[in-house]
Amino acid sequence: MARAAIRRRLTWRIATVATITRESDTARRLALRIDDWDGHLPGQHVDVRLTAPDGYQTQRSYSIASAPETPTVDLVVQRVPGGEVSPYLVDELRVGDELELRGPIGGYFVWHPDTDSPLQLAAGGSGVAPFLAVLDHHAAIRSSVPVRLLYSARSLGDVIGRDRLDGHAGRGVSVTIALTREQPPGWRGLRGRMDAEAIREHTTPADALPRVLLCGPTSFVEAVADGLVAEGHPTTAIKIERFG
Amino acid sequence: MAFVSRGFLGRSGTHRGTGELPPGQYDVGDGFPVLSAGPTPRTATEDWDFTIDGEVAERARWTWQEFRSLPREDVVVDIHCVTKWSKFRTAWSGVSLDTLLAAVDTSAEYAVAVSDGGYTTNLPLEDLVDGRAWIVDRYEGEPLAAEHGGPARLLCPHLYFWKSAKWVRGLRLSSTDEPGFWETLGYHDYGDPWREQRYAGD
Repeated sequence: MARAAIRRRLTWRIATVATITRESDTARRLALRIDDWDGHLPGQHVDVRLTAPDGYQTQRSYSIASAPETPTVDLVVQRVPGGEVSPYLVDELRVGDELELRGPIGGYFVWHPDTDSPLQLAAGGSGVAPFLAVLDHHAAIRSSVPVRLLYSARSLGDVIGRDRLDGHAGRGVSVTIALTREQPPGWRGLRGRMDAEAIREHTTPADALPRVLLCGPTSFVEAVADGLVAEGHPTTAIKIERFG
Repeated sequence: MAFVSRGFLGRSGTHRGTGELPPGQYDVGDGFPVLSAGPTPRTATEDWDFTIDGEVAERARWTWQEFRSLPREDVVVDIHCVTKWSKFRTAWSGVSLDTLLAAVDTSAEYAVAVSDGGYTTNLPLEDLVDGRAWIVDRYEGEPLAAEHGGPARLLCPHLYFWKSAKWVRGLRLSSTDEPGFWETLGYHDYGDPWREQRYAGD
């Protein structure tokens, strides 16, 4: 089904902003209403195109942060200081505004729930967005696949989707959060950047043959991918999506 | 009436309105984003070679030392990634594919670039000749970093940058067009940024 979906010609369509909710100090969830949306797989993304009055256009890609079961298509956008598109989406866009986009795109960085292999997710910063879709879908279909999420953010205020992640932790998903720059008093999660020991202790062992999805900035992704390869995970089991 | 994004003006970037930015792209400035689908392979130069095989009279192969002793070219080009960033005036150094392809006798019309880590991408052979493509091993005067494709990558800057395969180890020539990694996954077979050929059907 996914293969068929990505084969179809991708046309631009108009989405309407249904709700905007706060996901972190700098991130917002834009819930979009899109007529005739044919569904998507967790991990896929959309291309958003903005057009200025003088006709200037620019595009960016955003992961879909909502499960296919959700009636809206949600994007989680984190404001990049000095950015051209993210400050517009976070600060300027209002409920009822229209947004031009096309998708769903991508048949590689996706979770196929039809496999029994355990799933190891690792996210840096706003790289958690596609995993919110994965985890919500995992919950919606009552999947028995064991899932672990290792999530690195700068501070507690930067953690995206905290309530949702708490909910997933409550139904048995192993969620480990590392705060790299600033930890609140009494913080019991991990501190600092990912190192070999943190990766070894807080990810699914290689002998359990997990499928691995990594998403985040390059420094994070490189560190975790190298750590997992050193732990014996085959490179072919590790799928990566990165930005910056 | 054409769609306008309410309240969006866009940045008055250095390349906006100059005709140098392909449709939908933005100027990433000094940054150099890294995109790849799996872990970064790390091949030592003593284990590296470059091979041209497939539909050739006799395959050609260069060790790292042999490759390094070939005539070199310095190229300064603009590059355009399908994920929307463009980077202007990037400086590379390497060997022209005209030089490498002169070593084989072929009537093939297509090539698949084959990389460490299993990545592949397909290109028409005519896009790799006449001074339009190189195997580069230096960027901005330094050895090419592994995350950017080192020891060596393909540089074919007139197509979207996924065609410029990182960690490239060879070309497989063929009379038929064989889709590569991203091309199999719904990306455009040819990938001309000026015609915005991002995805199949564009």
